[in-house]
Amino acid sequence: MSDRITRPAVEKVARLARLSLTEDEIVIATRELGDMLDHFADIDALDLDDVEPMTQPVPLVNVMRDDVEAPTLDRDEVLAAAPVATDGQFRVPPIIGLDA
Amino acid sequence: MSPADGVDSIAAGVRSGSRSAAAVLEEHLGRIAEREAEVHAFTLVTDSAARERAAVLDERVAAGEDPGPLAGVPVALKDNLCTRGVPTTCSSRMLEGWRPPYDATVVARLHDAGAVVVGKTNLDEFAMGSSTENSAFGPTRNPHDTSRVPGGSSGGSAAAVAAGFAAASLGSDTGGSIRQPAALCGVVGVKPTYGAVSRLGLVAFASSLDQIGPFTTSVADAATVLTVIAGPDPSDSTSIPEPFPDLRPSLERGVAGLRIGRISDLPAGADPDVAARVDAAFDALAAAGATIVDVEIPAFGYGLTAYYLIAPAEASSNLARYDGVRFGLRVDAPDTDAMYMATRAEGFGAEVKRRIMLGTYALSAGYYDAYYGKALKVRRRIAADFAAAYGRVDALITPASPSVAFAFGDKTSDPFAMYLCDTYTIPSNLTGDPAMSVPFGTGADGLPVGVQVLAPALGEPTMFAVAAELERSVGVGDG
Repeated sequence: MSDRITRPAVEKVARLARLSLTEDEIVIATRELGDMLDHFADIDALDLDDVEPMTQPVPLVNVMRDDVEAPTLDRDEVLAAAPVATDGQFRVPPIIGLDA
Repeated sequence: MSPADGVDSIAAGVRSGSRSAAAVLEEHLGRIAEREAEVHAFTLVTDSAARERAAVLDERVAAGEDPGPLAGVPVALKDNLCTRGVPTTCSSRMLEGWRPPYDATVVARLHDAGAVVVGKTNLDEFAMGSSTENSAFGPTRNPHDTSRVPGGSSGGSAAAVAAGFAAASLGSDTGGSIRQPAALCGVVGVKPTYGAVSRLGLVAFASSLDQIGPFTTSVADAATVLTVIAGPDPSDSTSIPEPFPDLRPSLERGVAGLRIGRISDLPAGADPDVAARVDAAFDALAAAGATIVDVEIPAFGYGLTAYYLIAPAEASSNLARYDGVRFGLRVDAPDTDAMYMATRAEGFGAEVKRRIMLGTYALSAGYYDAYYGKALKVRRRIAADFAAAYGRVDALITPASPSVAFAFGDKTSDPFAMYLCDTYTIPSNLTGDPAMSVPFGTGADGLPVGVQVLAPALGEPTMFAVAAELERSVGVGDG
């Protein structure tokens, strides 16, 4: 089994990703992530010092559309798809957490 | 399927009035009624809306109108393409029952060209997988052998065309999700140049890699559908501003004078039956007048690692929007943070969670440079290697999938074994170049084999010329 990633690191990543994982899921994720990172070590052999990162295939910048009025999404239709909506807005539980 | 069931044939018949859209639709709905319970290509069959739509098209033809190049053509849509008012699930519990407030650009273009949507097709949840076994609503079965997978993630779209449920379908391809299922189901599948087709209304997986493309039973039909959906869209900032080229002349061009590359350092892993068909494809192209040239793409084999760091990184960001606030599932909790965590724990399946975890890790402080940053440099290296090869050849040929369709459960216990299905398809997504899978005979157990044709960015005319030649040559006793 790989030692590339530890259980506390997995718990931290799950927290960052806002994923509540069960005990079993944490154990499995620790093993699977470690195994995958082992596979991904193949690129460590490459000398990439002078290579520019490539974030997208087509280098386009500042694409602007014509400044003309056009219909937007229908507010009621959008809100109808929300789990809870009130007074024309999305409704959520309290932002200030109980453990904050 | 008979040629009469093809896109061009149906549209010609409906436009001329010799066939009715309603009758064409009933033939397809009849096949759905016969086999869909077994194949499970769809998450939703929209038969009522399709019947209304076909009737309207027939009235328009009777009134002397031309509905367009897809007049009366039954099409199926991968269920990660937004359809206004029609459920769009991404085969995830997270979006079960969600009805988008708008149509994807490709959906609007199909509609404007006269197509009839027969349903939404099954996929690996959020397009993450290579077998459709990751669908929250159960797997799709391969119409050629229902004990085997159809491939994925667009398995439902590939199976729908292979089973004759639709004359064409749309899928999305982030690392091979159109080409691999096309190969396994014995149909044509195209991943266009990045930016050729608008992504507006495609539920995002990895935005710098995702492209929408068609499945059809013939290369000519694929050209017809791609021509309809491609072209600039002001609503997608990565859309290529120039008009998409006409592919019609390519279909009869042949390959005389073309230089076709054989990648001498292609990563091993293709089964012998698949490799034999790829060799036969080179022989057929040489016989038709092409010159076969050996080229090297040293970084090809690093594509898998680059992809499985970049795609999950982008996915972890894109899928942050599923938080129980604006659409889809919400699991109630006392505060927003607990609500996010509970909603995402319940709404996402195992593979989606796995990739979100991997991507979040690759982007997290302290690991960004070692993983995501390094993967982006490998991506540049791969693109440079392909660019160098395309200085010497017009197109490349590889397997689309390392194997023919495999059995259910074969690769579900080891995530990496499933990822290896994408070995030959991934580089085109990293570079943004077009690639397509063309059926080219059969391999083990008489199952379909797909040969992949790759071309440089906006090289679709050449790619379709090569694909059309392969299709012609397999028809003359080679398959």
